[in-house]
Amino acid sequence: MTDTPEIQHDVTVTVNGRPYTAACVARTSLADFLRHELHLTGTHLGCEHGVCGACTVLVDDQAVRGCLMLAVQANGAEVRTIEGLAAEDGRLSALQRAFSDHHAVQCGFCTPGILMTLVEVLRDTPDIDERGIREALSGNLCRCTGYQNIVDAALAAANAIR
Amino acid sequence: MPVGKTVIGRSVPRLEDSALLRGEARFLDDLRVPGVLHAAFLRSPVAHARLRSIDADTARIMPGIVAILTLEDLRPLLSADRIPLQFRNTGLGEDITPFVLASDELLFVGETIAIIVAESRAEAEDAIDAMDIEFEELAPVADVRDGLVDTAPRACTERANVYRDFELAYGDTEAAVARAACTFSLSIKQHRGAAHPMEGRGILAVPDTLRDHLQVWSSTQLSHEARFFLSRMLGLEESQIDVAVPEVGGGFGAKYLVYPEEIAVAAAALHLKRPVKWVEDRREHFLSAIQERDQYWTVDVAADADGRLQAIRGDMVHDAGAYIPQGINLAYNAATALPGPYVLPAYRLAVTVGATNKVPTIPVRGAGYPEGTFVMERALDGIADRLGLERAEVRRRNLIPGDRMPYATPMSSRSGAAIVYDSGDFPAMFAQALDAIDYAGFETRRAAAAAEGRHLGIGVGCGIKGTGRGPYESATVRIGRSGQINVFTGAMPMGQGVKTALAQICAEQLGVDATNVRVVCGDTTTIPLGLGGFASRQTVVAGSSVLRAAEDVRDQILMAAASLLEAEPTQLDLREGMVGLPGTNRRVSLRDVAEAAAGSPGYALPTGVKPGLEASVNFMPDGLTYGMGAHAVELEVDPDTGLVTLLRYVVVNDCGRAINPKLVIGQLHGGVVHAIGNALFEFMGYDAQAQPTTTTFAEYLLPTAPGIPSIDVRIAEYPTASNPLGVKGVGEAGCLPVAAAIMSAVEHAVGLRPATLCSVPLAPPDLIHAMGQARGA
Repeated sequence: MTDTPEIQHDVTVTVNGRPYTAACVARTSLADFLRHELHLTGTHLGCEHGVCGACTVLVDDQAVRGCLMLAVQANGAEVRTIEGLAAEDGRLSALQRAFSDHHAVQCGFCTPGILMTLVEVLRDTPDIDERGIREALSGNLCRCTGYQNIVDAALAAANAIR
Repeated sequence: MPVGKTVIGRSVPRLEDSALLRGEARFLDDLRVPGVLHAAFLRSPVAHARLRSIDADTARIMPGIVAILTLEDLRPLLSADRIPLQFRNTGLGEDITPFVLASDELLFVGETIAIIVAESRAEAEDAIDAMDIEFEELAPVADVRDGLVDTAPRACTERANVYRDFELAYGDTEAAVARAACTFSLSIKQHRGAAHPMEGRGILAVPDTLRDHLQVWSSTQLSHEARFFLSRMLGLEESQIDVAVPEVGGGFGAKYLVYPEEIAVAAAALHLKRPVKWVEDRREHFLSAIQERDQYWTVDVAADADGRLQAIRGDMVHDAGAYIPQGINLAYNAATALPGPYVLPAYRLAVTVGATNKVPTIPVRGAGYPEGTFVMERALDGIADRLGLERAEVRRRNLIPGDRMPYATPMSSRSGAAIVYDSGDFPAMFAQALDAIDYAGFETRRAAAAAEGRHLGIGVGCGIKGTGRGPYESATVRIGRSGQINVFTGAMPMGQGVKTALAQICAEQLGVDATNVRVVCGDTTTIPLGLGGFASRQTVVAGSSVLRAAEDVRDQILMAAASLLEAEPTQLDLREGMVGLPGTNRRVSLRDVAEAAAGSPGYALPTGVKPGLEASVNFMPDGLTYGMGAHAVELEVDPDTGLVTLLRYVVVNDCGRAINPKLVIGQLHGGVVHAIGNALFEFMGYDAQAQPTTTTFAEYLLPTAPGIPSIDVRIAEYPTASNPLGVKGVGEAGCLPVAAAIMSAVEHAVGLRPATLCSVPLAPPDLIHAMGQARGA
């Protein structure tokens, strides 16, 4: 127990192509850093123990749990979040459009992590099938949709991207 | 017909999606307020204890700590120590509702003891670790049944362990049992776990000392009720508090309650004259958000030689937890849901609502209906077993025939209104479900699988859900001088697409697309009354209010436009935001009409025009409207490991009339999968000291995508006459017969006698155990 304030660390990251530098204490998770220091609140926290996957973001092109990585560990990294999925002119990506077309969003709280997971999955395995999509989503919890429409949307997006 | 636009009945894109898909939607924790403080709660570490002292001396001087407040500190701001009972109930004591903060006796692990307010959440949590409480442990009641024996300790020393008992009865059960050809007993344990919306609860309270006003943002299903209970607890006028709701990341019942944390945060904000935010983390949701948990049923089932039900009698013990925050509606619903869509001539159930030292229980999605349904479906499988009948045939013989609609049961709902099934052809829907899963072809599939050493089973089940609970819901339709069409309502979306559905209903009346309608839900500054999101009610009740209000506004538009265009209202055509006289070039925009109706200072309004384009309606349904669902599931079991793999799932569900078929199907998907969790995965564990043992998603398993099969939803539309849209709710419907159908299919796959598996959830070791017992028997 200490009565001295925690040491602040500068963290520099590129998020969705834009550079940011902000200070945070060492125990700040990447997700909290994005949300509270950079005010990019599109990334959500559903469990803060690495199971629900809502906080999934891409760090140097790899999907990671934003709640399990410290912001200081991401220093110098390229981060991608849901805010960076649409085109500059506001057009939704094929994956985002498929989610709307297939009613794959209900409350939308898990959606950011599911989209970022699928960005990686569809990039790495563009010819994925339904079983593959379901396995790939095993680390993302959704309480609303029963997954069916998310799987349908992901398959449609895979088709559109191919 | 002056309005020409078909918007209802189409799967239009959701209005909600764009912001959610772009990461631009704002949930509770996304709201930024300058100078906001963050709250955390010191919670009871034990299930039952006498609290002796709270030592916060070290914590108070830690970095970032602004205040540490106990009940004693908050009392000057509170009108009472306990939150009042939140539903009107009779026969319940006064001493059963939760405290804002516990000060004397601790009744469950996770109960709030003190609120810590700090510059950051992390610092508030640090302070909790530095706080010391002294307590004297008392014996807990960990199992509701144990609490009912004479020698049991009291879950709360000040009251008995039975909150209330009641009996539900009709018909001559004793005579029916005595003369029945087939009688048997079932002992059933049902556990429904917790709600677990992906976003937890949360509240942000922002005091405005200039206006002597408190603005509250809450992730809730009931903003107007929250305002009322906050105002009552804080001794303020309702007009001194407003509650608004950001995007809500799921509710499922957990947010249909005003909690101690909300009162404490609002009180702390008033005390400190600064904004205070509290965001529930997942561990707190496990420890302190309501659950549905345990019911224990023991029933005698009586049928005639043809397998037709004659009577069911028995008792049910319901674990209500450490407090009763809302009432006994969950137990009551479960009891009245048992007969379901079947003819049950006589029924008697003695219900005991008992106390434990666990989190209070109130309805989670399904609200007791899945439990009643489970018992009935197990009973029907029991009849099939005892009489050697085919399981689907037993359902066919007992379903209420289509020509008996509307069907008045001898029971009444908690409003006192008779339970009357208003429309539907249950046998036809059941047949459709069997067709959809190719029930007749199952034996061929089973034989083919058996040849590969695989064990397939099929199960069926039916349930019926009362939806559209009253007494009313509010809606205002208003067209401002900009020409924008607005809907304001007390209805509360939490993912269902309520805004889209209400926009569709309004749009069709006003000849525009749903995208032209702006819907504001659950903001007390925009509408004075509202009851919010519960009981599969919003499209039914709020939808009907929107319909009636939009019809009224349409008539106002046509009247005003007729005056402006010098025509008769019936001659005019309203579409795409314009009112025109067909065959002429005379037309005015909604904006022009709104401008004219708004009036100009000192000038007369056009003849026949009344001020403003606005109508408010609080539609009041006569009773519930009932939607039946028929389910069928095919699955595979590995008899060596007990692993159950779901292969196909079919649902035929009556929604009266689909406003947006895509949304209806989405609701049914979600309901089915929630109940798959209840059947196979979700278990909230407590040890013998009532200490929770499953407080992470690694321990408490929610359904995940790989374990869920493709779900084939068939919408049935049997419109009800009980509301002007003809709609029935579907938010919870998917949950009902799922666990029963799955247990039936598992038994079928491994050759267990029907109605053997009477305890849910069924984990693989439970199945292995049941199979071992069957072999030994």
